[in-house]
Amino acid sequence: MDKQDFPLIFEHSKYGRTSYSLPELDVPEVDLEDELDDSYIRTEAPELPEVSELQIIRHYTALSTRNHGVDSGFYPLGSCTMKYNPKMNETVARMEGFSHIHPYQEPETVQGAMKMMYDLQTSLAEITGMHQVTLQPAAGAQGEWTGLMMIRAFHEANGDRKRTKVIVPDSAHGTNPASATVAGFDAVTVKSNERGTVDLEDLKRVVGEDTAALMLTNPNTLGLFEENIVEMAAIVHEAGGKLYYDGANLNAIMGYARPGDMGFDVVHLNLHKTFTGPHGGGGPGSGPVGVTEELARFLPKPALVERNGSYVFDDDLPDSIGRVKPYYGNFGINLRAYTYIRTMGAEGLKKISEFAVLNANYMMRRLQTEFDLPYTQHCKHEFVLSGKRQKKLGVRTLDIAKRLLDFGYHPPTIYFPLNVEEALMVEPTETESKETLDGFIDTMIQISNEAKEDPEIVQEAPHTTVVKRMDETTAARKPILRYIKE
Amino acid sequence: MEFRYLPMTEEDKQEMLKTIGIESTDDLFSDVPPQIRFNGSLNIKEPTSEPQLLQELSSLSKQNVNLKSHASFLGAGVYDHYIPSIVDHVISRSEFYTAYTPYQPEISQGELQAIFEFQTMICELTGMDVANSSMYDGPTALAEAANLSASQTKRNKILVAETVHPESRQVIHSYAKGPGLEVIEIRQKDGVIDLEALRAEIDDQTAGVIVQYPNFFGQIEPLQEVQQLLETEKAMFIVSSNPLALGYLTPPASFGADIVVGDTQVFGIPAQFGGPHCGYFATTKKLMRKVPGRLVGQTTDEEGRRGFVLTLQAREQHIRRDKATSNICSNQALNALASSVAMSSLGKQGIKKMAWLNMQKARYLKKKLEERGIPVVYQGPFFNELVIDLQRPITEINQLLLPKGFIGGFDLGKCYSQLSGHMLIAVTEIRSKEEIDNFVKEVGDIHG
Ligand SMILES: Cc1ncc(COP(=O)(O)O)c(C=O)c1O
Repeated sequence: MDKQDFPLIFEHSKYGRTSYSLPELDVPEVDLEDELDDSYIRTEAPELPEVSELQIIRHYTALSTRNHGVDSGFYPLGSCTMKYNPKMNETVARMEGFSHIHPYQEPETVQGAMKMMYDLQTSLAEITGMHQVTLQPAAGAQGEWTGLMMIRAFHEANGDRKRTKVIVPDSAHGTNPASATVAGFDAVTVKSNERGTVDLEDLKRVVGEDTAALMLTNPNTLGLFEENIVEMAAIVHEAGGKLYYDGANLNAIMGYARPGDMGFDVVHLNLHKTFTGPHGGGGPGSGPVGVTEELARFLPKPALVERNGSYVFDDDLPDSIGRVKPYYGNFGINLRAYTYIRTMGAEGLKKISEFAVLNANYMMRRLQTEFDLPYTQHCKHEFVLSGKRQKKLGVRTLDIAKRLLDFGYHPPTIYFPLNVEEALMVEPTETESKETLDGFIDTMIQISNEAKEDPEIVQEAPHTTVVKRMDETTAARKPILRYIKE
Repeated sequence: MEFRYLPMTEEDKQEMLKTIGIESTDDLFSDVPPQIRFNGSLNIKEPTSEPQLLQELSSLSKQNVNLKSHASFLGAGVYDHYIPSIVDHVISRSEFYTAYTPYQPEISQGELQAIFEFQTMICELTGMDVANSSMYDGPTALAEAANLSASQTKRNKILVAETVHPESRQVIHSYAKGPGLEVIEIRQKDGVIDLEALRAEIDDQTAGVIVQYPNFFGQIEPLQEVQQLLETEKAMFIVSSNPLALGYLTPPASFGADIVVGDTQVFGIPAQFGGPHCGYFATTKKLMRKVPGRLVGQTTDEEGRRGFVLTLQAREQHIRRDKATSNICSNQALNALASSVAMSSLGKQGIKKMAWLNMQKARYLKKKLEERGIPVVYQGPFFNELVIDLQRPITEINQLLLPKGFIGGFDLGKCYSQLSGHMLIAVTEIRSKEEIDNFVKEVGDIHG
């Protein structure tokens, strides 16, 4: 460790220091070495840190100040819906009757938890317009795979084994093609047209007898509603394929439109986006999946059902794709989402989408004077700018992102979606005030001016952060993935 | 109705509409085709105020018997352990829990360094070279390990011991369908993998062999013998391991494990009805570029300061799309942080002591049960769980134990047809002698 380096927890360690408080042994001690073969008894203790409780607290408190969260400042990270995480949800999640219950307790002893789950799955079915919902998947990507496995099971049940392809738009999130592969399909790309939505002609070209499904994100990752969605649904269904709806962007349309009404067969939601599950520095999330009546028999096991006024887990589902996750999903995240839905109600959910979309359009219109806007129609909850103009001045999108750090903002998502050059994907969410939006817009305009007048200040950014730009090339070439004591 | 999470005023709204050049927010939805517009009102419950909702959810939570109101002997993959108070204080810092994946290292050093430390601790416990930043949970980590062994060896047979957690096996079966792997379960003998059955199945088409250490019955699998059987066929050795047990037991790396996975719920994560918990995934240097999920690496900034970044991203879905090593994106970062704080709190000495306490208490429980005439079925070396034969429906017994203040054990008959009437019980460092004595008394009285 160098003097200027921020210490690792291991670098505070000193032999003999402790921070644990374990009960003393209150039963007669036995000699474990009598029972266990020597080769199974650990000889070298794991190098966990030997630190005091205050050292741990100071360490992690200091680390937290080296991190930016939604509570620290504006976080318009496109496709991630970085909205406010209500504190009340955290209070509820910590109630003992929720946090300290075991998944294998007898169902009669956990009816309260099961009721919450049942209400949540019913509410999500209503919000999406689907027949039935499973809460099992741990995150969006796992929801995608779960949904695709159900589609696979459907085709197989029909003896239809030639359907090996899943069509994915070029603007899709990376998890879509990756999930297709994990589910045993080949991913095929369909192009976007000049309006940023799926090219119907290209869709007709790629669709066929081998199409298992079309996976569509709507609004898509450009923040645009797929205007031809009804036609697309018809094209795919006529070819015998199923329609998968990536609902990660549901924040744009709640109460305005429902995937089920659009003709979709399967939809997943990201409760850690639309429904305020805190992002946790990368997770945990929750990715419930809704399906039509036709596909319901393939849902993962067990299903949570109501029988004569009580709730039970039903394992007797012969056509089910099986279990996708241990126990019943990320209950703690589902509980937060439930609390949020109950706080907002139908009226509030619709207002969320109204303001998420209003905020995005307002920002887009104010920023389009300074930045290239490849698609000019109204956007939904997010929009994508291109840093093409600034690039000509020698300032790349990466530089703009880094310069934003100097002003206390988390930058937008950059270089995604892949079909926009020098992309900057901005998602303000509905929980931000107009003052915050204006402040960010003014800063973006200032940076654009800097690009013209003083590009170096942007190219060399950030100037104010605890570390400067990192050497990522060396990190990948000579990976150091763990600490080793000197 | 007012909504406290929505800050826009009517005046703001009007100004914004003017800037956009439209009359009403409805105009922004004109791209939604009329035939699919939702014109009704969603049929869900009315908005509820904070005090009312808190009261309602609090009473809902009180309908659940919980691990703090009752002394629990239930384990089977989820355990009631000591959670240092500091854990919740650290993960409640909103700079951690309201952030997302650390894409911008300059303002995410806190999260990145915390993950780097987590990776290090997992490597220390398992003895492996590399650990990732977390997986959804132990069982999905195990399923990913199985699939990785197949793609790495270009073989498609997976052998999994029947003594692996039943839900892990179910998840393995589900994940194996995508790549079309054949999953064969190896029967148990005396509570551990039947080595003869393994020898009979293993061949040059075997991609990976999976065992759990300690296994679902709490027994310590003969990793040494399994390793010897594997070597001739060059199949990959995959071990699912309770990381707490590794405070006392020899780490799987010493037995030649290629991949070690498990769940860190035992470190600082409450049971919360089964999730979110936190999977870990550890492997050898050789497989470093095949690991699923995010990895944090150490590097330096422009001024030579040490710092951390997400690295080897060419494995991941956002770069490689359909060629990625996994589809995982969001993981369980906040729970990895919780486990890091708990592991730091235990430290080098506490981890051993905690594992040792679990083993001591479990042996006391075993002795007491046997003295009371309750048969303990498997007699091999074990960690903190054991199987008793009660010859009576376990649900019935659990119902009788409840009013006595106990949450009873797991009904093995649900997953093993030959084990109906058998209960799997766990004991941790927080079960007192008195609770154990009373539990044995009550079970004994029911058993007769
Ligand atoms: C459009 C879209 N689909 C899928 C995902 C994957 O979700 P998760 O990260 O929860 O697996 C994301 C999130 O990053 C997304 O933005």
